[in-house]
Amino acid sequence: MAQKAGFGRRYFRAFMSGFFVAVPVTVTVLDRLAYVARVDGSSMQPSLNPEGADTFDIVLLNRWSVRNFEVRRGDIVSVVSPKNPKQKIIKRVIALEGDFIKTLGYKNRYVRVPDGHLWIEGDHYGHSFDSNTFGPVSLGLIHGRASHIIWPPNRWQKIRPFVPANRRPLLNWGGSEDDVDSDQP
Amino acid sequence: MLHSLVGKSLGFIGYTIQYGCIAHCAFEYVGEFVTCSGPSMEPTITNRDVVFSERVSRHLYRIEKGDIVIAKSPFDPKMNICKRVIGLEGDKVCISGPSDSFKTHTYVPRGHVWLEGDNLQNSTDSRSYGSIPYALIRGRVCLKVESDSFLPYPLLHFTMSLYFFYCPTEQESVVFK
Repeated sequence: MAQKAGFGRRYFRAFMSGFFVAVPVTVTVLDRLAYVARVDGSSMQPSLNPEGADTFDIVLLNRWSVRNFEVRRGDIVSVVSPKNPKQKIIKRVIALEGDFIKTLGYKNRYVRVPDGHLWIEGDHYGHSFDSNTFGPVSLGLIHGRASHIIWPPNRWQKIRPFVPANRRPLLNWGGSEDDVDSDQP
Repeated sequence: MLHSLVGKSLGFIGYTIQYGCIAHCAFEYVGEFVTCSGPSMEPTITNRDVVFSERVSRHLYRIEKGDIVIAKSPFDPKMNICKRVIGLEGDKVCISGPSDSFKTHTYVPRGHVWLEGDNLQNSTDSRSYGSIPYALIRGRVCLKVESDSFLPYPLLHFTMSLYFFYCPTEQESVVFK
């Protein structure tokens, strides 16, 4: 009987030591290094979920590369939804802070992205809940950068930054001079 | 000789990783000590006060009106702000200054919170930049370390330096603007 209790205690101790290694290491890796997530919805077609609703892409989110909140135009990033903090959305970065962007159906036709903000859009125009609805999002909401598609296996690939040609920021737009009429009556 | 050296260094690396991960989980999901600076939360929190911010209620979505929270600044994610939650989503809040005779109101949108400093005359908060997303909140301030008590300081400095050592890119000082 006593031997059995000793066995139980030894197993308990082994379990606890393994537990205290495995759980913190897993949580830290998921928080700091990489995260795996399934893409729902059609908002990023044709880059992600190209075949519609019956297949799901699984992407690897690189969390280490956004630790200093550095992203490039064209990166696919996952962001905590500003409308619902329990949900994360995956979109493409169209413009960074300071860029001028022509919007697609936002309340202003042209927007200067404020400091510390991003303009994100889904590739599937019209089927995406993105910055054209809720405006620029704060950089602090960024969650990770999608770096690879890891499932299904025939679509295994690295995701490269890509900005659609008609969605480039209007970099020189702010340089246009207003016609100031200097002649005072 | 070489064998034991390799074994010892591997064990040391393993322990370092393990305790680093435990520290990360503690700071990320339990709480941390933060030094505050700036006048915007006077008289509740004065300059150079040390507060403990707990993360549990933020992760469980239990932030309520009246809580003092530490949040990432919406315009600079590396800077933190410390304000009081005035309104949650759907609430009607007053956006005019304390001395204005005509009060204007607005509604807090879904998934957002309205933050204001206690020092209304000297605080840059939601009245100037609008409501901020809930996900920018990092933690709820639940206790203030008395500035003349000597006991927690060694522990605190140890914790802070450990955190800086562990995660040097994250700026921990809260700046009130």
